[in-house]
Parts: sequence; C-alpha cells; structure tokens
Amino acid sequence: MAALITFQDVCRYYPMGDSTVTAADHISFEIETGEFTAIVGSSGSGKSTCMNIIGCLDVPSEGTYLLNGQDVGRMNKNRLAEIRNELLGFIFQQYNLLPRLNLLENVEVPLMYAGVPRGERRDRALAALEQVGLGDKWRHRPMELSGGQQQRVSIARALVGRPSVILADEPTGALDSRTGREVLAMLQDLHRAGHTVVLITHDNSIAVQAQRIIRLEDGRVVYDGPANAPEAVVTPRAPGAQGGGGI
Amino acid sequence: MRFTESLSLALKNIVSSKVRTLLTMLGIIIGVAAVIVIVGLGSGLEHYIADSFSSMGTNTLTVTVQSRGATRTMEVEDMYEIVADHPGELELCSPTVSMMGGVKIGSDTTSTSVSGVSEDYNRIYNYTVAQGRGLQYSDIATRAKVCVVGAYVNQAYFGGNAVGQTLRVGGQALTIVGVLDQRENSMSEGGSDDCLYLPYSTASRLGGSRVSSYVVTMVDEDRMAQSKAALERALTEFFGSDDYYTIVTMSELVDAMTGTINILVGVLAGIAAISLVVGGIGIMNIMLVSVTERTREIGVRKSLGAKERTIMEQFVIEAAVTSALGGVIGIGLGYLLSAAATVAAARLLGEALTVVPTLFAVLTAFGISAGIGVLFGYLPAKKAARLNPIDALHYD
Repeated sequence: MAALITFQDVCRYYPMGDSTVTAADHISFEIETGEFTAIVGSSGSGKSTCMNIIGCLDVPSEGTYLLNGQDVGRMNKNRLAEIRNELLGFIFQQYNLLPRLNLLENVEVPLMYAGVPRGERRDRALAALEQVGLGDKWRHRPMELSGGQQQRVSIARALVGRPSVILADEPTGALDSRTGREVLAMLQDLHRAGHTVVLITHDNSIAVQAQRIIRLEDGRVVYDGPANAPEAVVTPRAPGAQGGGGI
Repeated sequence: MRFTESLSLALKNIVSSKVRTLLTMLGIIIGVAAVIVIVGLGSGLEHYIADSFSSMGTNTLTVTVQSRGATRTMEVEDMYEIVADHPGELELCSPTVSMMGGVKIGSDTTSTSVSGVSEDYNRIYNYTVAQGRGLQYSDIATRAKVCVVGAYVNQAYFGGNAVGQTLRVGGQALTIVGVLDQRENSMSEGGSDDCLYLPYSTASRLGGSRVSSYVVTMVDEDRMAQSKAALERALTEFFGSDDYYTIVTMSELVDAMTGTINILVGVLAGIAAISLVVGGIGIMNIMLVSVTERTREIGVRKSLGAKERTIMEQFVIEAAVTSALGGVIGIGLGYLLSAAATVAAARLLGEALTVVPTLFAVLTAFGISAGIGVLFGYLPAKKAARLNPIDALHYD
C-alpha cells in the first residue's frame, strides 16, 4: 500500500534578488495513514516550506510530492484548492478564526466551500464543536473566547471536513504551557482515533509528544525516526564547530 | 459555494461595518437621488406645460401673417372668409393683437398681459364670464373702449368690483364690462388670471398696426394635419405664395418646448451621473482598503479550500451589494426630495408642478449603480483572488 504522503527529492528554491535561496534541498520521506509525525527544526530549517508544500499551499520546484497517490506538484490552483478542502485540515499558531463569524459559522467554512447543503453543514459543524467541548458556545464570536478555546475551535474546523491529514503549524506557540498541553493531548487523542497528524514545531519538548520526528536543518532531513530515541532531540553540530556535542 | 451564500456573506460584512458602508455608498446615494429628482423635475415640467397648453386649447392653430412685400394685404375679413369657406375643417377665428406696456390702474402700472381679440375668443379658449358681460360683436364693430379682465386683476386692483371701473391701456381709458372666471387654483401676478382682453379693432387702432395674428379652431382635433393643410392651401392661394404666413399648431409648440426641456434635463442628469462614477471610484477605493485589511482572512479562506473564483465572487458581490444598497437608499431619497420639490414648487411658484420620479429613471439609476459596483469592485476582487495564500496567512 502506498504511503499517504510521499516526498521524493523535494526541492524548493526562492529567487532572492540575483541569487537563489534553497529552502528545501532534496527532502525525501513517507508518512503512512494514522501516523503522528512532528517536523522539527529551527527557523530557516525549511520546516515552513515543508509544511506549505504538504498543505498544498505551495508546490515543489523540483522533485515529487504525492498526496494519497496524487501528484500535487502538477496541479493548477483550482485543483490545489479542492485538495486543501477535501484532504487537509489546518491548525494555525494564531488560530486564524474569522472574527466576523460566530464559532459555528467558522467551523462551517470548509463545508461551505465543499458545497455541503446548509442543514447537513450545520449538523456536522455543531458535532465538531461538541467534539472539542464547545458545542454550547456556538453563538459566540472568536474574540469572546480564550486562546485555548479558539485553538479548539480551529481544531474543530480542521476536523469537520473529515480530512486525510491534519496539519498543525506550531499549534501551541501562542498558548501558555498548560493550555498548550491540553491542545497537544487533543492532537494525541485524534491520533489514537486514527487520524494522521503532522505537527510542525521548533520546540523539541512539543515534538517528542509525537510518535515520529523528522528533523530538518538547512533544508535537509537530519533525523527521521521514532520520537523516543535519544538522537531525536539532539541538535547536531555543524562539522568543525567548537564545544562538546551530545545531549 | 452557492450564490445565495456569497450574498449573505456580503450582507454580513456590510452590516458589520455600517458607518464605513454608509460613507462608501454616499456618492452613489447622492448620484442616484440627483438623477431621479432631475428627471422627475423634467417630466413634471413636461406635464405642466402640456396641462397649461391644453387649458389654452389644443385644437387651435395660430396663424401669423407677414404681408410685407406680398402683392395682397390680408384684412381681418379675408381671414374670416377663409375660415367660413372650410366648414368641415375650421370653426372659429379670432384676430389676436398683443399689446406691450401693461395696464395703468389708478397710479399703478401692472404687468398684466393685454390682448386684442374678437367676440369668439371666449368660446375658443373656454373662458366664462363671472361678472358683467363678455366682448360682443358690436364692441368690435364700433371699436368700443371697453375691456374684460381676468379674476386676478379684479381681485388685486378692484377688490372684486371691477365692472364699471376704468383703467388705461396705451394711454386710452377703457371701461371694464366683464370679469372672467378664475382659471388657476392659486392666482398670482403674471399668471393666466392676470389678463385683460379688449376688442381687436380697438387694440389695432391703439397700437397703430394691422392685425397680423389669428387664432383658428379646428372642428376635429384628431384631423389636425388635414385642417392645417386646408388652411395652408387657402392662404397660399390668397397670397399666391407660401412665403407670407406661418401656421403653428399648439401641439407643435408643446413638442418644441418639451424637446428643449428634455435636452436640458438630459444635460443635468448627465452631470448628476458623474457623481455615480465618482461614487463608484469611492467604492473601489474602500474595497481596495478592505482587501488589504482582510488579507489574512483571504489567506485563511484559501487554505480552507476557497478557489480564486470564490474569493473573486465574494468581493464583487460585496461591492455590487454595497452600491445597489446605495442605489436603493438613493431611490428613497430621490422620492423624498421629489415630494419636497413638489411642495416647494407649489409654495414658491404658486403653480401645481409635480415632480414625479419616472419608473425608467428609477430602474436605470438602480441598474447603473449595481453595475458600477460590479465594475469598480472587479479590480479589488481580482487583487484579493490573486493573493498568495502563504503570504496572506502571514500578513499582519
């Protein structure tokens, strides 16, 4: 059986004045259905580029990205929008709820773009809100909620379209540590319920909550393996750097 | 995503920033209201003219004779003969001699309109005599120094007891023998009740000129063209040429005047329509600002599966709804101002001039305003649709 996500020598170049910046340099990995993977790296490591490509917001300059067996790199903008709608659920650091809509309407947005009829849309959105424990607050506006609650709404919004992949970009970055842990626990619950979760973070302590870690540095994969292995959280030093390595 | 959903989304956004939307719509509101009032004023004027002309009789032909240089001169009797020769077409005839210089009543000089007419004049213009008597054939024949005055003259200068009093026209004292019935609801100076009629023979002698203008009535108003042609043939035969007379029908006169008014209204409405364009630019401006403000929202929507076409639709509909809403408010304002203008016209001019918004103007104004929204919303919507979702998501 083919993997859900396949990266084959994915490269992404950005023109920067006269020169070209390589944000992703021959990245290859596969993610199976049901996995909970963390893509870790400091800023500039290429993890944001990776997440944009996985999320079909961007396409590789070179190499192949297969999502569910479909070659995303060859698709036009309209098809990419459809893929995002059908196969992906986004969770952002800043929640990115639409301030003018109430919670229910916010959760309904992906279903609206999918063309789900009004009645069914409402039911499914309400069910998703109940799943994150905010069913009774559906009339509220996002601004009336705490950060943790807003993030739970955005999880509901990511789930409501029954996506193949839940893509969480620094989901705890804007939260205090206690609420951050709650959100992480929720992601772990989703994983246990069979969802494929991809977590993008710079924070090792967050990353280790996942099952598997893919560590990026300077646009390359430097570690790909289980999250509980000691090497997973080691920051490898550049060759020739002074000072001791290790943990 | 269905159209109704885009529409309700647009309405939601409009409602959530009321003041801004109102300010955005202001140009459209003013433009639409102005177009409606101006076009309504034009059609009101048109009706007013048609009404006042029809009160003067639409079955009349006005003949002006220019006999200078002609081989024959036309006497009043010649004209009467011509009319009598066409019993199937022409009915009544009256010479008309207009006199300038007003009327002297006691020590006042008024701007009352003075006309020398025949005894048939009352029948031609459906005047009725309220007090005293009308002009009679004997007055014409003897060049009697008598006159009939309008109700305004009677009220304003003689306190309602004009019959038997005298006034002076062109230095000649005339005895008032009759007062006409009131013709307008509210009489005013210079109105159609501010008038004086004397025998044309008397007027002709006072002015020292030959009668050169006639009013002729037709037997059948619907056969205007034939009646006019018959009169033309007779006059051409009389003079041996068609160079020495002109015949104008009332309806031609009305057409000429309404034509002029329509041009004037067209120009004014065009100027008012410029404010619609300015309003459209205002909408474009605000939409561009709104796209920038909502960059992140656009990014979020795109990441959740909105296609370029969907985003585009959202912004175009929002612009169109904003300006169409402005159009509706403008139409309401236009009706309000029209009613106010009607009241103001009645009060200031003393005339029953109704400013009626025409359905055509209302529909056109609404259509144009909605169209402007689409037109000027297109560019900002395109900008929104083209936004790169990654950049848009990280926009602050």
